[in-house]
Amino acid sequence: MSVLVKNILRAVLFMLVQFYVLDKIRLHQMVTPYLYFLFILWLPFKMQRGWLMLIAFLYGFLLDSFRHNPGFHAAACVLIAYIRPFLVNIFIPQEGADNNFEEPSIKSMGGIIPYAIFMTVLCFIHNAWLFLLEAWQFGNIWYFLVKTVLSTIISILLIIITELIFVRKQKFRTNTV
Amino acid sequence: MRNIFLYIRRYATLLFFLFLQGLCIYFIVNYSKYHQAAFAGTTNKITGAFDKQYNKVEYYFALSRTNDSLVKANEMLYNKLRSNYNLPDSSSKTIIDTIRQDSILIYKKTTYLGAKVISNSISGPSNYIVITGPYVKSFRRNMGVVDVNNNVVGVITDVEGEYAVVMSLLNKDSRLNGKFFKGAETSGTITWDGETPNILSISNIPKSDSIKVGDSVVTNISLFFPKGLLMGRVETVKPEKINNNLKITLRSAVNFNSVEYVYVVENKDAEPAKQILDKVKQDSK
Repeated sequence: MSVLVKNILRAVLFMLVQFYVLDKIRLHQMVTPYLYFLFILWLPFKMQRGWLMLIAFLYGFLLDSFRHNPGFHAAACVLIAYIRPFLVNIFIPQEGADNNFEEPSIKSMGGIIPYAIFMTVLCFIHNAWLFLLEAWQFGNIWYFLVKTVLSTIISILLIIITELIFVRKQKFRTNTV
Repeated sequence: MRNIFLYIRRYATLLFFLFLQGLCIYFIVNYSKYHQAAFAGTTNKITGAFDKQYNKVEYYFALSRTNDSLVKANEMLYNKLRSNYNLPDSSSKTIIDTIRQDSILIYKKTTYLGAKVISNSISGPSNYIVITGPYVKSFRRNMGVVDVNNNVVGVITDVEGEYAVVMSLLNKDSRLNGKFFKGAETSGTITWDGETPNILSISNIPKSDSIKVGDSVVTNISLFFPKGLLMGRVETVKPEKINNNLKITLRSAVNFNSVEYVYVVENKDAEPAKQILDKVKQDSK
C-alpha cells in the first residue's frame, strides 16, 4: 500500500472513530478521550514542516466542523505538527535514522522509551493547548489542569491499545541516502 | 530590503505556524461569523450527511426507550378518551364541584393499565399470553386486554404473583361477544377454530343481515371491555346449509404474531355489577 493511500485511510478511520465512538463516550466531564491526533504523529518523517502544519490544520478543522465549534482542534493540531520535528530531532537515535524509516514507531525511534516520551509529550501538548483555549473561554484554571492531566492519561491508554491492535511493520529502507 | 526577504525565508515555518494559529484563534473568537461564512454551509452539509447515517444506528439502539415512552403516552391518552367516562346526566340533579380540576375523574369508568408481553404463543389450540408490568397488583380475573392500537387481545384468566395470564382470542375456549359496527348491529359469539392464526369466526348471524367483506366487528356492551373496540374485520361470508345463519370468518384486528405491549382495561363497574349478578342468581335459586 502506498504511503498516500495508507495515510488517507488512517485519517478517515481516526476521524470517524474519534467523532462517532470516542466523542459519544461520556466517562466524566473532566475526561475527554482523544485519539484522532495520532494520525498527525504517524505522518511520514520526510514530510515538510509547512505541509505537515497545513494537513494538521485541515485535519483539526475537520473535527471542528463535525463538532460545529471551529478553531479549537485545528489550533491544537497545528501546534503539535509544529513541535513534532523538534522532538523527532531530539529523540531519533542516530544520524539518518529518519531516512531509514518511514514514520515514527517504536523501532524507528530506537526503543520503547524514546517513542513513549515522544508520544506523551505531544499528547500532553495537544490536550493542554486544546483545554487552555477552552478554559480561556470559561476562565477556570483548575478545570484546565485537571482535565489536561486526566485526558492525557486516557489518550495514552488509547494510543497503547491502538499500537497493540494495529501492528505497523516498519521496513528498514536503506543506509545509503 | 534584502534582509527582510532573508528574514522571511529563514522564519517561514514559524510565520506559517503563527499564521495558522492566528487563523484558529480568529475562528474561536469570531465564532458567530464562522456560521455565516459560505464554507460553513458546505461543511455542515457534509458532516450532516454523516450524522444522519450515524443517527440511523443510534436510533436503532434507542428503539426500546422510544417504545416505552410511546406506550406511556398512549396510556395517558387512552385514559382521557371520552367513551371511558360516564358523563353527568343533565336531567338528574348531580352537583359537580367544578373547582376541582379533574372533577370528571370520579365519573371515570375505565382505566387503561400498561403491561409488557413476556410470552406469547399462536401455534397451539389453546393460546395464552403472559404479561407483566408495574400495575400487575391491580389486575383481576376477567379484565379485558387490548393492544396498543386499542384492539381486543383477550381476557385475563389468572393472576399469579408478578404475572398475569391472558386468554387470547386465539384460544378454542375463548367466547367473547361481538357485534357489527354497521347495519343491524347484530351481535354474535366470536370463537377460534384452532387452525389458522389471526382468523376468527363469528356465529349466530342470521342470513337476513347484509354482511359485506371488510365490515368491522366491535365489542358489545360488556364488563370486560368498553363498547366499540375493534375485534376484527370480515374476511369471508358464506351461507350455512343446515340453518338460517351465515358462516362468517374474521381477520383479527390484532396481529397476534407481534404483540409487544398491551393495556389491561380496568372497569370500575365490573366488581359491583358482578356482586349484584351473583346476588340475583342466589336469590332465584
